[in-house]
Amino acid sequence: MKILVTVKRVIDYNVNIRVKTDNSGVETANVKMAMNPFDENAVEEAVRLKEKGVATEIVVTTIDAPVAQETLRAALALGCDRAILVSSEKDVQPLGVVGALKKIVEKETPELIIMGKQAIDQEGGQVGGLLAAQLGWAQGAAVSKIEISGDKAKVIRETDEGQETLELKLPAVITADLRLNAPRFASLPNIMKAKKKPIEVIPIAEMGGDVCPTIQILKVTPPPMRKRGVVVPDVATLVNKLKNEAKAI
Amino acid sequence: MAALVIAEHDHKSLKSPLLNTITAALMLGRPVSVLVAGKEASGAAQEAASVGGVSEVLYADDAAYDGFLAENMAALIAKLAPSYSHILAPATSFGKNILPRAAGLCGCAQISDIIGIESEDTFVRPIYAGNAIATVKSTDKIKFITVRSTAFDKATRNGKCSVKKIEEVEDSGLSRFIAAQKTQTNRPDLTVAAIIVSGGRGLESAEKFKTIIEPLADKLGAAIGASRAAVDAGYISNDCQIGQTGKVVAPNLYIAIGLSGAIQHLAGMKDSKTIVAVNKDPDAPIFAVADYGIVGDLFEIVPELTKAI
Repeated sequence: MKILVTVKRVIDYNVNIRVKTDNSGVETANVKMAMNPFDENAVEEAVRLKEKGVATEIVVTTIDAPVAQETLRAALALGCDRAILVSSEKDVQPLGVVGALKKIVEKETPELIIMGKQAIDQEGGQVGGLLAAQLGWAQGAAVSKIEISGDKAKVIRETDEGQETLELKLPAVITADLRLNAPRFASLPNIMKAKKKPIEVIPIAEMGGDVCPTIQILKVTPPPMRKRGVVVPDVATLVNKLKNEAKAI
Repeated sequence: MAALVIAEHDHKSLKSPLLNTITAALMLGRPVSVLVAGKEASGAAQEAASVGGVSEVLYADDAAYDGFLAENMAALIAKLAPSYSHILAPATSFGKNILPRAAGLCGCAQISDIIGIESEDTFVRPIYAGNAIATVKSTDKIKFITVRSTAFDKATRNGKCSVKKIEEVEDSGLSRFIAAQKTQTNRPDLTVAAIIVSGGRGLESAEKFKTIIEPLADKLGAAIGASRAAVDAGYISNDCQIGQTGKVVAPNLYIAIGLSGAIQHLAGMKDSKTIVAVNKDPDAPIFAVADYGIVGDLFEIVPELTKAI
């Protein structure tokens, strides 16, 4: 089976976020960027399925500015076979991403799409569901285990109450939870090999263009800061403060 | 046009985050309908009809909705959607699964995890694990919205409206519900608890997590939470995880024990009313958000605290 994996280049999860002073967004200049952590799980799972002989080819894609080739290159170093960059100088919103992914699906005809359950920047957590709906495919959201047998996938989903097990007909869209696996690091030989793997660049205009964005960001502000509290010397003081000051117990 | 709220329930009764979602829907200043789709879920439908401010309950009863499969639920919502201006669901694992698919079927995007409503098309939502707050305006013809329950009060149960049975059955055949593995607990649910005692990797083992955290939680009638590190280390089950990828909570009192306070964890609890931190590292980021902190050995401090309360 062919697997399509989608990845997103985001601010590294260890970086402290700074909101721009004009409130137009978050500062991304000179900030360390990395692959969205949930997408690392998606890549890892696809590579494991290939190692098990379930998958025959892994295509990785992103819809982003040309600089995101570095993220695709990282996915190739982890074991994806080839990459497609749908290039756009503008930020593409979820519906635009889904529009481009549908074109790629038409062209590549994968039987399984794996992506992170959310990106840690905009945290919409919606591309998987939007795409599955528009393709008319089954979906598994926030998945921590995948077993493929024949034309079906058995998945375990992480829920607020524990887990649930579903059987999906393939083709399907599966979004990865962090518990799906522990992503590997790329080895130096694989990083070198990845430099020779092909990245196809397609301007978004050739993919039908970005659909008209429907969400306008009016402003981005820092969150309200909590006041730093006090360090108390002992348990007796803490209990006293909780009872009489905070009235919390 | 009215707003439609998608009910999260267990067929017998409503799940608590739904009540906060109904409050958010009522703030739009429109009539609010509630869709209860389930199997033999008249208990939940009747309960929804008793929530104050709700104008109408739509009740779909079929085996196709038993496991709340996204494919079937979204198809039903999409069929009803053209009669509504806004479709809302709680931003729980239920809503996050179903609503994007329903939006996709209608050709709309979703406005995820809102914490404020500025107008009928403008909403406030956290991004970057709550390290930035975005105000966004949507031009979609139908606004699909998931609601962060901790940001809105619970609707009261002082209403009475009619329950209208709807006969639409959407069974896609694309997926099948096999089983749910629910964690059994006698403690309050994390999303409704007034007090949460939460542990991190500083607890060192599953056994110590139990012997240190549980007595304090018992004494306070508290729910038990955990950091991702503690869950990944196997100290406690993953439905207890609080943070960016776990549950978002805002109890009256949050006691953080042996957890450093990574930004991903803070994203899930920093709106708690009072925060207490116990940690041996005085530079742990958790102290930056804690109202009261004690620096020291949790294995001495927490039993003493349990005794003193």
